Amino acid sequence: MVSKAASDQPVVPHDAAQPGAGGGPDPEQHYVRSSVAGAAKILVVGPLGVGKTTLIGAVSEIKPLSTEAVMSQAGARVDRGGERTKTTTTVALDFGRITIDGELVLYLFGTPGQQRFLPAWRELARGALGALALVDTRDLEASFDALGHLEDLGLPFAVAVNAFPGSPDHGEQRLREALDLLPQTPLVVCDAREYRSSVQALIALVSHLINAAEPT
Amino acid sequence: MTGQREERTTPAVRPYVITRGRSGAASPELPWETLVVAVAADPPAGPSGLQPEHRRILGHCQGLLSVAEIAAHLGQPPSVVQVLLGDLVDWGLITTRPPVPAAERTDVTMLRKVLHGLESRL
Repeated sequence: MVSKAASDQPVVPHDAAQPGAGGGPDPEQHYVRSSVAGAAKILVVGPLGVGKTTLIGAVSEIKPLSTEAVMSQAGARVDRGGERTKTTTTVALDFGRITIDGELVLYLFGTPGQQRFLPAWRELARGALGALALVDTRDLEASFDALGHLEDLGLPFAVAVNAFPGSPDHGEQRLREALDLLPQTPLVVCDAREYRSSVQALIALVSHLINAAEPT
Repeated sequence: MTGQREERTTPAVRPYVITRGRSGAASPELPWETLVVAVAADPPAGPSGLQPEHRRILGHCQGLLSVAEIAAHLGQPPSVVQVLLGDLVDWGLITTRPPVPAAERTDVTMLRKVLHGLESRL
Protein backbone atom coordinates (compact mmCIF):
# COMPACT_ATOMS: atom_id res chain seq x y z
CA MET A 1 0.00 0.00 0.00
CA VAL A 2 1.39 3.36 -0.96
CA SER A 3 0.26 6.13 1.31
CA LYS A 4 -1.08 9.44 0.17
CA ALA A 5 2.09 11.10 1.39
CA ALA A 6 4.30 8.97 -0.79
CA SER A 7 2.20 9.67 -3.85
CA ASP A 8 2.50 13.40 -3.21
CA GLN A 9 6.24 13.14 -3.59
CA PRO A 10 7.96 13.10 -6.95
CA VAL A 11 8.58 9.50 -7.89
CA VAL A 12 12.17 8.51 -7.31
CA PRO A 13 13.20 5.87 -9.81
CA HIS A 14 14.69 2.72 -8.34
CA ASP A 15 17.88 2.86 -10.31
CA ALA A 16 21.36 1.46 -9.96
CA ALA A 17 22.09 3.92 -7.17
CA GLN A 18 19.91 1.86 -4.86
CA PRO A 19 22.29 0.65 -2.18
CA GLY A 20 22.62 -3.07 -1.72
CA ALA A 21 21.08 -3.20 1.74
CA GLY A 22 21.29 -6.55 3.48
CA GLY A 23 18.07 -8.18 2.34
CA GLY A 24 17.93 -6.55 -1.09
CA PRO A 25 15.70 -3.67 -2.12
CA ASP A 26 12.69 -3.22 0.10
CA PRO A 27 9.51 -2.78 -1.96
CA GLU A 28 7.91 -0.79 0.86
CA GLN A 29 10.47 1.80 1.87
CA HIS A 30 8.02 4.44 2.95
CA TYR A 31 7.38 2.99 6.39
CA VAL A 32 9.91 1.79 8.93
CA ARG A 33 9.89 -2.00 9.24
CA SER A 34 7.33 -3.07 11.81
CA SER A 35 9.93 -5.08 13.73
CA VAL A 36 11.93 -1.96 14.58
CA ALA A 37 11.88 -1.25 18.32
CA GLY A 38 13.24 2.28 18.26
CA ALA A 39 15.38 4.86 16.53
CA ALA A 40 18.72 6.51 17.09
CA LYS A 41 19.89 9.74 15.51
CA ILE A 42 23.05 11.41 14.32
CA LEU A 43 23.34 15.09 13.47
CA VAL A 44 25.01 16.25 10.28
CA VAL A 45 26.17 19.77 11.01
CA GLY A 46 27.90 22.55 9.15
CA PRO A 47 27.41 25.93 7.51
CA LEU A 48 25.08 26.69 4.62
CA GLY A 49 26.11 25.04 1.37
CA VAL A 50 28.67 22.70 2.89
CA GLY A 51 26.83 19.64 1.59
CA LYS A 52 24.72 18.42 4.53
CA THR A 53 21.66 17.71 2.41
CA THR A 54 23.82 16.18 -0.31
CA LEU A 55 25.38 13.74 2.15
CA ILE A 56 22.05 12.87 3.73
CA GLY A 57 20.58 12.30 0.28
CA ALA A 58 23.49 10.06 -0.68
CA VAL A 59 23.01 7.67 2.23
CA SER A 60 19.29 7.88 3.02
CA GLU A 61 16.97 5.04 2.04
CA ILE A 62 14.11 7.53 1.75
CA LYS A 63 14.13 10.66 -0.34
CA PRO A 64 15.48 13.31 2.06
CA LEU A 65 12.65 15.14 3.76
CA SER A 66 12.53 18.66 5.01
CA THR A 67 10.80 19.81 8.12
CA GLU A 68 10.54 23.26 9.56
CA ALA A 69 11.63 23.92 13.08
CA VAL A 70 9.93 27.04 14.37
CA MET A 71 12.08 29.11 16.63
CA SER A 72 11.15 32.25 18.43
CA GLN A 73 14.36 34.15 18.42
CA ALA A 74 15.78 36.29 21.12
CA GLY A 75 16.17 39.67 19.52
CA ALA A 76 13.48 38.98 16.98
CA ARG A 77 10.83 40.59 19.14
CA VAL A 78 9.82 44.12 18.35
CA ASP A 79 8.01 46.31 20.77
CA ARG A 80 5.37 48.40 19.08
CA GLY A 81 3.70 50.75 21.49
CA GLY A 82 3.54 48.18 24.22
CA GLU A 83 2.29 45.45 21.88
CA ARG A 84 4.84 42.76 21.53
CA THR A 85 5.02 41.47 18.00
CA LYS A 86 6.72 38.14 18.02
CA THR A 87 8.17 36.91 14.78
CA THR A 88 9.58 33.46 14.52
CA THR A 89 12.25 32.09 12.27
CA THR A 90 11.66 28.84 10.52
CA VAL A 91 14.68 26.71 9.91
CA ALA A 92 14.42 24.02 7.29
CA LEU A 93 16.02 20.88 8.60
CA ASP A 94 16.63 18.14 6.07
CA PHE A 95 16.78 14.59 7.26
CA GLY A 96 17.08 11.03 6.07
CA ARG A 97 16.83 7.49 7.35
CA ILE A 98 18.99 4.36 7.35
CA THR A 99 17.68 0.99 8.51
CA ILE A 100 20.43 -0.55 10.64
CA ASP A 101 18.80 -3.93 11.18
CA GLY A 102 15.43 -5.44 12.00
CA GLU A 103 15.35 -3.67 15.34
CA LEU A 104 16.95 -0.28 14.80
CA VAL A 105 16.72 2.65 12.41
CA LEU A 106 19.04 5.62 12.29
CA TYR A 107 17.91 9.14 11.44
CA LEU A 108 20.31 11.76 10.11
CA PHE A 109 19.33 15.34 10.79
CA GLY A 110 21.01 18.14 8.88
CA THR A 111 21.53 21.04 11.26
CA PRO A 112 22.63 24.50 10.10
CA GLY A 113 25.66 25.69 11.95
CA GLN A 114 25.20 29.41 12.38
CA GLN A 115 25.06 30.90 15.82
CA ARG A 116 21.44 32.03 15.49
CA PHE A 117 20.27 28.47 14.97
CA LEU A 118 21.53 27.32 18.34
CA PRO A 119 18.01 26.96 19.80
CA ALA A 120 17.17 24.39 17.13
CA TRP A 121 20.24 22.44 18.16
CA ARG A 122 19.27 21.94 21.76
CA GLU A 123 16.21 19.87 20.97
CA LEU A 124 17.88 17.95 18.17
CA ALA A 125 21.11 17.24 20.03
CA ARG A 126 19.26 15.74 22.97
CA GLY A 127 19.44 12.00 22.50
CA ALA A 128 21.82 12.10 19.53
CA LEU A 129 24.60 9.49 19.38
CA GLY A 130 26.97 12.06 17.93
CA ALA A 131 27.50 14.39 15.02
CA LEU A 132 29.30 14.48 11.72
CA ALA A 133 30.65 17.99 11.16
CA LEU A 134 31.09 18.86 7.49
CA VAL A 135 33.84 21.27 6.58
CA ASP A 136 34.58 23.10 3.34
CA THR A 137 38.31 23.81 3.16
CA ARG A 138 37.62 26.89 1.01
CA ASP A 139 35.96 28.49 4.03
CA LEU A 140 37.13 26.98 7.29
CA GLU A 141 35.86 29.85 9.40
CA ALA A 142 32.28 29.10 8.39
CA SER A 143 32.55 25.86 10.35
CA PHE A 144 33.74 27.40 13.60
CA ASP A 145 30.24 28.05 14.97
CA ALA A 146 29.11 24.47 14.41
CA LEU A 147 32.25 22.98 15.97
CA GLY A 148 31.89 25.35 18.91
CA HIS A 149 28.25 24.31 19.47
CA LEU A 150 29.22 20.64 19.47
CA GLU A 151 31.86 21.27 22.10
CA ASP A 152 29.47 23.34 24.22
CA LEU A 153 26.83 20.62 24.03
CA GLY A 154 29.36 17.89 24.79
CA LEU A 155 28.25 15.95 21.74
CA PRO A 156 30.99 13.68 20.38
CA PHE A 157 31.77 14.28 16.72
CA ALA A 158 33.93 13.47 13.73
CA VAL A 159 34.95 15.99 11.09
CA ALA A 160 34.47 15.21 7.42
CA VAL A 161 36.05 17.49 4.84
CA ASN A 162 33.69 17.61 1.89
CA ALA A 163 36.14 17.71 -0.98
CA PHE A 164 34.82 20.20 -3.50
CA PRO A 165 36.59 20.45 -6.86
CA GLY A 166 39.48 22.86 -6.46
CA SER A 167 39.38 22.76 -2.64
CA PRO A 168 42.73 23.65 -1.16
CA ASP A 169 44.52 20.77 0.51
CA HIS A 170 45.79 22.16 3.78
CA GLY A 171 47.31 18.91 4.96
CA GLU A 172 45.90 17.11 7.97
CA GLN A 173 48.06 18.72 10.63
CA ARG A 174 47.39 22.26 9.51
CA LEU A 175 43.70 21.52 9.18
CA ARG A 176 43.57 20.11 12.71
CA GLU A 177 45.30 23.18 14.03
CA ALA A 178 43.07 25.55 12.09
CA LEU A 179 39.94 23.79 13.37
CA ASP A 180 41.43 23.34 16.85
CA LEU A 181 40.58 19.63 16.94
CA LEU A 182 41.47 17.30 19.77
CA PRO A 183 43.96 14.59 18.76
CA GLN A 184 41.31 11.86 19.12
CA THR A 185 38.70 13.61 16.96
CA PRO A 186 38.56 11.78 13.61
CA LEU A 187 39.22 13.84 10.51
CA VAL A 188 38.25 12.24 7.21
CA VAL A 189 37.88 13.43 3.65
CA CYS A 190 34.68 12.56 1.86
CA ASP A 191 32.68 13.30 -1.23
CA ALA A 192 29.19 14.01 0.03
CA ARG A 193 27.73 13.16 -3.37
CA GLU A 194 29.00 9.61 -3.16
CA TYR A 195 27.23 6.87 -1.30
CA ARG A 196 30.26 4.84 -0.19
CA SER A 197 32.29 7.86 0.74
CA SER A 198 29.48 9.27 2.86
CA VAL A 199 28.79 5.95 4.58
CA GLN A 200 32.50 5.71 5.37
CA ALA A 201 32.41 9.13 7.00
CA LEU A 202 29.55 7.90 9.22
CA ILE A 203 31.55 4.75 9.99
CA ALA A 204 34.47 6.94 11.12
CA LEU A 205 32.11 8.74 13.49
CA VAL A 206 30.56 5.58 14.93
CA SER A 207 33.99 3.97 15.36
CA HIS A 208 35.00 7.06 17.31
CA LEU A 209 31.87 6.76 19.47
CA ILE A 210 32.75 3.14 20.22
CA ASN A 211 36.32 4.09 21.19
CA ALA A 212 34.96 6.78 23.47
CA ALA A 213 32.48 4.38 25.08
CA GLU A 214 34.89 1.50 25.58
CA PRO A 215 36.49 1.37 29.00
CA THR A 216 40.22 1.34 28.39
CA MET B 1 22.58 22.58 -2.47
CA THR B 2 20.22 24.02 0.03
CA GLY B 3 20.78 27.64 -0.97
CA GLN B 4 18.69 30.10 0.96
CA ARG B 5 16.03 27.55 1.77
CA GLU B 6 17.28 27.02 5.29
CA GLU B 7 15.77 30.13 6.73
CA ARG B 8 12.41 31.76 6.45
CA THR B 9 10.61 34.28 8.56
CA THR B 10 6.89 33.84 9.07
CA PRO B 11 4.32 34.99 11.58
CA ALA B 12 3.58 32.28 14.12
CA VAL B 13 -0.17 32.25 13.59
CA ARG B 14 -1.34 29.11 11.91
CA PRO B 15 0.44 26.50 14.02
CA TYR B 16 -1.11 27.87 17.18
CA VAL B 17 -4.55 27.90 15.63
CA ILE B 18 -4.22 24.21 14.85
CA THR B 19 -3.08 23.34 18.34
CA ARG B 20 -5.54 25.78 19.93
CA GLY B 21 -2.73 27.71 21.46
CA ARG B 22 -1.00 24.79 23.05
CA SER B 23 2.76 24.83 22.68
CA GLY B 24 3.46 21.23 23.54
CA ALA B 25 4.94 21.99 26.91
CA ALA B 26 2.08 20.25 28.72
CA SER B 27 2.21 16.82 27.11
CA PRO B 28 5.18 14.51 27.56
CA GLU B 29 7.62 15.30 24.83
CA LEU B 30 7.89 13.15 21.75
CA PRO B 31 11.39 13.52 20.31
CA TRP B 32 11.56 13.85 16.53
CA GLU B 33 12.89 10.33 16.08
CA THR B 34 10.10 8.73 18.13
CA LEU B 35 8.34 6.13 16.00
CA VAL B 36 4.57 6.13 16.00
CA VAL B 37 1.89 3.92 14.47
CA ALA B 38 -1.91 4.04 14.41
CA VAL B 39 -3.64 1.41 16.52
CA ALA B 40 -6.40 0.83 13.96
CA ALA B 41 -6.79 1.40 10.23
CA ASP B 42 -10.03 3.33 10.70
CA PRO B 43 -10.17 5.82 13.53
CA PRO B 44 -13.40 5.76 15.53
CA ALA B 45 -16.02 8.46 14.96
CA GLY B 46 -15.29 9.95 18.39
CA PRO B 47 -13.71 11.32 20.49
CA SER B 48 -15.27 14.64 19.72
CA GLY B 49 -11.93 16.43 19.93
CA LEU B 50 -10.68 14.69 16.80
CA GLN B 51 -9.86 17.47 14.32
CA PRO B 52 -9.19 17.07 10.60
CA GLU B 53 -5.47 17.45 11.40
CA HIS B 54 -5.66 14.48 13.77
CA ARG B 55 -7.27 12.39 11.05
CA ARG B 56 -4.60 13.42 8.57
CA ILE B 57 -1.94 12.30 11.01
CA LEU B 58 -3.70 8.98 11.52
CA GLY B 59 -3.74 8.58 7.75
CA HIS B 60 0.03 8.91 7.72
CA CYS B 61 0.50 6.49 10.62
CA GLN B 62 -0.71 3.29 9.00
CA GLY B 63 2.84 2.00 9.38
CA LEU B 64 5.75 2.99 11.61
CA LEU B 65 7.05 6.50 10.96
CA SER B 66 9.01 9.04 12.96
CA VAL B 67 7.53 12.26 14.28
CA ALA B 68 9.85 14.13 11.91
CA GLU B 69 8.64 12.19 8.87
CA ILE B 70 4.99 12.79 9.75
CA ALA B 71 5.71 16.51 10.18
CA ALA B 72 7.46 16.62 6.81
CA HIS B 73 4.65 14.77 5.05
CA LEU B 74 2.06 17.06 6.61
CA GLY B 75 4.09 20.20 5.95
CA GLN B 76 3.71 21.26 9.58
CA PRO B 77 6.45 22.07 12.10
CA PRO B 78 7.28 19.15 14.39
CA SER B 79 6.32 21.30 17.40
CA VAL B 80 2.72 21.31 16.14
CA VAL B 81 2.70 17.64 15.20
CA GLN B 82 4.07 16.76 18.64
CA VAL B 83 1.03 18.36 20.30
CA LEU B 84 -1.45 16.60 18.00
CA LEU B 85 0.34 13.27 18.41
CA GLY B 86 0.17 13.80 22.17
CA ASP B 87 -3.64 14.01 21.86
CA LEU B 88 -3.73 10.82 19.82
CA VAL B 89 -1.58 9.04 22.40
CA ASP B 90 -3.93 10.24 25.17
CA TRP B 91 -6.92 8.93 23.25
CA GLY B 92 -5.25 5.56 22.67
CA LEU B 93 -5.34 5.96 18.90
CA ILE B 94 -1.61 5.63 18.30
CA THR B 95 1.22 3.85 20.03
CA THR B 96 4.79 5.07 20.23
CA ARG B 97 8.18 3.40 20.20
CA PRO B 98 10.54 5.72 22.04
CA PRO B 99 14.08 6.41 20.83
CA VAL B 100 17.05 4.40 22.06
CA PRO B 101 17.22 5.24 25.78
CA ALA B 102 20.04 7.35 27.19
CA ALA B 103 21.85 4.46 28.87
CA GLU B 104 22.11 2.60 25.56
CA ARG B 105 23.37 5.52 23.50
CA THR B 106 26.86 5.07 24.90
CA ASP B 107 26.56 1.30 25.12
CA VAL B 108 29.27 -0.39 23.09
CA THR B 109 27.00 -3.26 22.03
CA MET B 110 24.43 -0.87 20.63
CA LEU B 111 27.07 1.27 18.91
CA ARG B 112 28.66 -1.82 17.37
CA LYS B 113 25.27 -2.75 16.01
CA VAL B 114 25.08 0.65 14.30
CA LEU B 115 28.63 0.19 12.99
CA HIS B 116 27.87 -3.25 11.55
CA GLY B 117 24.65 -1.95 10.03
CA LEU B 118 26.59 0.79 8.24
CA GLU B 119 29.43 -1.52 7.19
CA SER B 120 26.96 -4.00 5.71
CA ARG B 121 25.78 -1.23 3.40
CA LEU B 122 29.17 -0.73 1.77
